[in-house]
Amino acid sequence: MSVQQVDQGRLQSPFYPRYKALDRLDTWHTWKGYTSADALFDGELEYFAIRNSCAVFDLTPMTKYRITGPDSLDYIDRLVTRDMRKIAAGRVAYAVWCNDQGQVIDDGTIFHLRDGEYRLCSQERHLAWLTAAAIGFNVTIKEETADIAALAVQGPTSYSVMKNLGLKGIENMKPFGLMHFDFQGSEIMVSRTGFTGDLGYELWLEPGKALDLWDALFEAGKLHGITAMGTHALEQARIEAGYLAAYEEFLPADETIRTGRSRSPFELGLDWLVDFKKPNFNGRRALAEEKLNGSTWRLVKLDIEGNKPAHHSYVYAKPRKNKKEIGFITSAAWSPICKQNIALGSVRMPHGKVGDSVWVEVYYQREMHWSKVMAEAKVVDKPFWFPPRRGATPPGPY
Amino acid sequence: MTDRYDAIVVGAGHNGLVCAALLGKAGRKVLVLEANSQVGGAAVTRSFADGYSVSACAHLLYQLQPEVRKDLGLQFALAADDIGTIALSADGKHVRYSGENVHGVSDADSKSYRDFHKRMSRFAALLRTYLNKAPPRLGTKDRKDLFTLAQLGLDVRRLGRKEMREFLRLIGMNIYDEVTERFDSKLLKGALSFDAVLGTHLGPRSPNTILTYLYRLAGSGGRLAAPAGGMGSVSEALAQVAREKGVTIRTAMPVKRIVVENGRVTGVESEGGETFSSHTIISNADPKSTLLCLVGAKHVETGFTRRVNNIRMQGNAAKLHLALDGLPVVNGLEKKDFASRLLIAPDENYVERSFNPAKYGETSPQPVLEITVPSFRDSSLAPTGKHVMSAIVQYAPYKLKDGWDDKKRDAFMKTAVSKIAQYMPDIEGRISASEMLTPADIEREFHISGGHWHHGELTLDQFLFVRPVGGAAQYAMPLDGLYLCGAGTHPGGGVSGAAGRNAARVILSREKSA
Repeated sequence: MSVQQVDQGRLQSPFYPRYKALDRLDTWHTWKGYTSADALFDGELEYFAIRNSCAVFDLTPMTKYRITGPDSLDYIDRLVTRDMRKIAAGRVAYAVWCNDQGQVIDDGTIFHLRDGEYRLCSQERHLAWLTAAAIGFNVTIKEETADIAALAVQGPTSYSVMKNLGLKGIENMKPFGLMHFDFQGSEIMVSRTGFTGDLGYELWLEPGKALDLWDALFEAGKLHGITAMGTHALEQARIEAGYLAAYEEFLPADETIRTGRSRSPFELGLDWLVDFKKPNFNGRRALAEEKLNGSTWRLVKLDIEGNKPAHHSYVYAKPRKNKKEIGFITSAAWSPICKQNIALGSVRMPHGKVGDSVWVEVYYQREMHWSKVMAEAKVVDKPFWFPPRRGATPPGPY
Repeated sequence: MTDRYDAIVVGAGHNGLVCAALLGKAGRKVLVLEANSQVGGAAVTRSFADGYSVSACAHLLYQLQPEVRKDLGLQFALAADDIGTIALSADGKHVRYSGENVHGVSDADSKSYRDFHKRMSRFAALLRTYLNKAPPRLGTKDRKDLFTLAQLGLDVRRLGRKEMREFLRLIGMNIYDEVTERFDSKLLKGALSFDAVLGTHLGPRSPNTILTYLYRLAGSGGRLAAPAGGMGSVSEALAQVAREKGVTIRTAMPVKRIVVENGRVTGVESEGGETFSSHTIISNADPKSTLLCLVGAKHVETGFTRRVNNIRMQGNAAKLHLALDGLPVVNGLEKKDFASRLLIAPDENYVERSFNPAKYGETSPQPVLEITVPSFRDSSLAPTGKHVMSAIVQYAPYKLKDGWDDKKRDAFMKTAVSKIAQYMPDIEGRISASEMLTPADIEREFHISGGHWHHGELTLDQFLFVRPVGGAAQYAMPLDGLYLCGAGTHPGGGVSGAAGRNAARVILSREKSA
């Protein structure tokens, strides 16, 4: 009897051979079925590449859907809370989408590739929801995760690298813009987007050209400190930028079992993404009611005293007597670039207004023994890291 | 320039007429728009051959609520009341039942049937109270809802410990298990099995068929009647009452869409391009047609759309109409027996086997039939000395493999007629005209998507709090100003008027509290 051999284990991105060649640490994890490096040689140095030169991250495993058809705009406009009519072809929108109860299913970026043709990139897989949302619309939804290879090129020198790569007109691309270029006879889409809060680009192309692109990119960046990076560095940068991660800052609403464990856009600080001028979108009725009656939770950005990251900490209203637990930390890190002990957290309303002080109970371990300290934390408004170069057009030639 | 109304009812089915009449009675300016040229929806009398008329879809009246008759002062004549049932046997040893009495079975069965009927009637009476109320919402703090919920719990509890247990045991169960445990008579088991699955896409072994049986009894204890002039007379009488209350009814005016502006309904547009304005639109059409076709998914949210799209509402019953030049002969029946309802469902396994092909998109080669001869009681339906036979024939699945066409309809009609001929050997020679309506025809002619005359299977997952779907059980849809009032809402199908009445009451009470 013959046994048919099937591929087992993690999938490999088309960039895998290059990652593997650079890998010194051999620490990998699964990301949406793909093998993905935690770090390649030193997570901290890779992080500094994002902030000081240029880091490259393989984001092929990120879930991608192609949405086309005559009703694609109507479809997307009902799907997400923000007004998609304002997003012209050649623009990218950060968006959040909810269920009928106004609870966040996921957030992601929507690329208006060409007239009526969209790509939706999400943290989690949502084909069932996207298909249900298509009932009554003339649209086609195709999961294209494996059909598109993608690289993030992030950091101050990324613009110079793009120029060296020969992308003409890239100097005019504004943040959240996208353009199509020819790359060795096939098409490459470049968007000025990223998950690091820094100047940066994302490159999208057919998997067959992936390695050629990698080689051309590293050639173009060799005098600009180009460095491959793993997830560890990205996570560090993501917290500094104040971006949300599914399963950290929120649980996709369709994954929650207990009531009250999901979050609305208001509870994630995304009020600016909810446009009640639209007559209908998923969650509108529930969100209008929440707007009227008030939310339960608030997402806070915290600047915490001391230098011990407040991983998994409780947040209190007061440091001692009647201290009253008001929430918890969802992501925490020591930020080397800001020299700040930073965190994102979820606290109950009305606590956590910008400028308020809250108290974070930080646990830390020294030679096996655990200690705790009650650290004061200021609720801040702006992202911890938001350099002017991120918004500059054209960006400077660092 | 468009006309403005306080409320517009889309569809002049009997529920739509009840709702419109009640709103008219409360002083509202109401317009009813009907696509067909007659009012009544599926409760109509229609000529199918020269001189022969028949109730085109529903042919027996057993659910019309006294509350509806009382509120509207509704008057119409009955051609027959308390119609008995005869389960036909090829050898002439038929079983007859009516109320709690059954004849033609052993003494043990006869006693057992009395017990069965008593218990079922008791449970049905419990359900009956809730037919005429908007079902309570779950998880709300609304006092009225909490009260109704508490009342429901109390009513079930008040059955007593033993009967409550029985109620909870039986409510989700199938009729097959219950009748096979209780009875010996194959004919009786077959007939009761068939009664439970009439008009459904269920076999006697499908779960929930006790519930469908109870629902049948809930309306008026299972007492069957036939209106004089066919079912259309009820609709005509309702339309008459509605007009007296100031309601405008326009027939042959199909609605193309319900107009939505800025997140609320503002009117309707007819196929002919006429527009009518109102901030209250009440649809008598089924939930799928209303929300997915007339309104459009674009105007409601995804979770709701998905639930509506998933409503199980595929019809599986065909309607057969025969014009006969005389009464057929049935072994062991007298002429007067044609006043009864005749069933061809020789045993419980036969009914289940009849259902089997329907699961795979095929018609039953051995169908089950409910036969009435309405002209026997009502001479207005056929020329003197001639007769009309009206039969429900199962199973004829809406989703037939490769779809329905004339050839497949004719073939199924032939199957049905030859099945009848096994009991009425001279039937074929007596047929002067015939007509069959498959679920596909019912969908087209009565504008019911799926051709399911209950506008949705009546099972626990589509019942009470979750009919038509969860979060929309109280007639108001999650779109400002839009209501449903048809069989797709609580309590469900049958010519009961309850859905229309409940909807009207909800609309009026919301107006008051607004």
